[in-house]
Amino acid sequence: MVQKASTPVQAPMNPRDANLLAARNSGEQVPFNKKVHQQRSFSDWMVDIAIWVVLILVVLAVLYPLWFVVIASVSDPKLVASGQLSLLPKGPTLKGYETIFHDARIWHGYANTILYSVGGTLLNMVVTIPVAFALSRREFKARRLIMFLFTFTMFFGGGLIPSYLLYKQLGILNTAWVFILPGAVSVYNVIITRSFFDTSIPEELHDAAQIDGMSYIGYFIRIVVPLSSAIIAVIALYYFVGHWNDYFTGLIYITDMKKWPLQNVLQQILLANQTQSNIASVGAQQAQEAAEQIKYGIIIVSTLPLLVLYPFLQKYFNKGVMIGAIKG
Amino acid sequence: MKAKQVVVHENTPHGMRGIVWSFKRYWQLWLLALPAIFFVVLFAYVPMWGIQLAFRKFEPSKGITGGKWMGLSYFKQFFASPMFGNIMRNTISISLWTLVMGFIAPIILALLINQIASTKIKGLVQTITYMPHFISTVVIVAMLNIFLTPETGLLGKFLGDTSLLGEPQWFTPIYWISEVWQHCGWNCIIYLAALSSVDVALYEAAKIDGAGRMQLIRYVDIPTILPTCGVLLIMNMGSVLSVGFEKVFLMQNALNSSASEVISTYTYKIGILGSQFSYSTAIGLFNTLVNFFFLILANYISKRVSDTSIF
Repeated sequence: MVQKASTPVQAPMNPRDANLLAARNSGEQVPFNKKVHQQRSFSDWMVDIAIWVVLILVVLAVLYPLWFVVIASVSDPKLVASGQLSLLPKGPTLKGYETIFHDARIWHGYANTILYSVGGTLLNMVVTIPVAFALSRREFKARRLIMFLFTFTMFFGGGLIPSYLLYKQLGILNTAWVFILPGAVSVYNVIITRSFFDTSIPEELHDAAQIDGMSYIGYFIRIVVPLSSAIIAVIALYYFVGHWNDYFTGLIYITDMKKWPLQNVLQQILLANQTQSNIASVGAQQAQEAAEQIKYGIIIVSTLPLLVLYPFLQKYFNKGVMIGAIKG
Repeated sequence: MKAKQVVVHENTPHGMRGIVWSFKRYWQLWLLALPAIFFVVLFAYVPMWGIQLAFRKFEPSKGITGGKWMGLSYFKQFFASPMFGNIMRNTISISLWTLVMGFIAPIILALLINQIASTKIKGLVQTITYMPHFISTVVIVAMLNIFLTPETGLLGKFLGDTSLLGEPQWFTPIYWISEVWQHCGWNCIIYLAALSSVDVALYEAAKIDGAGRMQLIRYVDIPTILPTCGVLLIMNMGSVLSVGFEKVFLMQNALNSSASEVISTYTYKIGILGSQFSYSTAIGLFNTLVNFFFLILANYISKRVSDTSIF
């Protein structure tokens, strides 16, 4: 294919190459045929090294800022401020976390966010999984129309003000419902789930169920759902993260601070610089440093639930997402 | 669809009779789809009805449909506004940079990750690069603020005595770089999925023909992911004028506002804070229409050029 003329490969494959091919195909790690690749091995080496250097840099660039937040949250704020922190915590202290634990605003926001996220995700699942199943049935001709109706909303919508007026009319402004109801269906997630049903549930199962006299709902509940734990986990994660990180809804539709979710509380503390007032008495410089440490701690505390869930769901990403992604 | 069609359904009735027939025959499927249809109609289609606000004067007592017909006057007001040029420039520059960089970076990362032979290391690299995707926008912007703080910040200490977030010319780069940092790993999943479908024999054949590492990437990997790239590019084109509201809004401050006011933040300020409902709706509609136009255009071009399209 490439630079064919200069390579000493004979036209009919020699037995050695054939053996090599067979061995490699059966999954064995066979060192490369040196004779054939002598000329290229040096440049391949360089490419290899370059790839590894870039990958290591990428991983460090992603990991280090996150790690820095972790170690800064438990280090002496003075040392953090003077830039002495590099790889490990210095002058370990849990003072920052202590302050956070005594800040009622954060716990209030936490409780609200848990309510909105759990409630919202439950409704999301109850609505999304059934419709995705219905849309995956090929004999259901109306699915094309419904799909079009859904997909259209991905690219066209009423916009901010008409939505705001609608919510006002429905009376869900300033209530928990505004976090739960409007986002009940994510068309993107419906598409992913539908492609999972399309590709991963064998059609023979439906044939067998039909012969046994099972209805669609029976088949869905007793056969399809139990076989779909991978996609259910992934979709639930998507929805949950969406609710957990939602800042927009609180900003636009909630004026009562008691109902604020965590993200809006975070914005006040982290960005509007309203850390607790009692620190201010300790002196400006110290207060500033303490406030910075609290910020690092709050970042950890607010992201913790997702980081805890993450390893458990990790194994589903490749299974669930990829199947959905290829077709979606 | 062609291969799997069941013989029983060949004589499907059409038109009104077809709908009634479908309800009767598939009432259980309709039942399963009903809650989702209800929510989509209520929360996506009903607000579309409210778009007429863009052409009417909003009077609270008369509701959405009762106000006086104003034609295109709110659109003209926007185009004539002194803010118009600046807002459009900011919106386009932020979204184009993000679109292009956010499109290229995951492709490169996926090609690199795909070169790792050990599945364990591959998994580790993926796990690490996915992580930032789950961090909230508020936290990301807070991290930017902390890291860019002059003198004490992780990056700020190397960057002089004013924060880059206060400098208009740095707004767009900070925006897209942090965006790539956060989502690059996650967005490369789809390419890795496509790459995992390459037949090993193809690599072997190319190697025996004398292809080196770079040539395997150039002649096997890249052609494999090209269709996926096309579809994703079209999808991205549909959002050419929609910069994420949250992040821009949170990154905004008095110093950088000349570079950070975009359409979505402007509609928020005009509409929600300023209560000019009609004017705000008109700007929002203009935004949606431009996006829609770009989506159709990208889809059309892609269909002509490479036979890839999303509809």
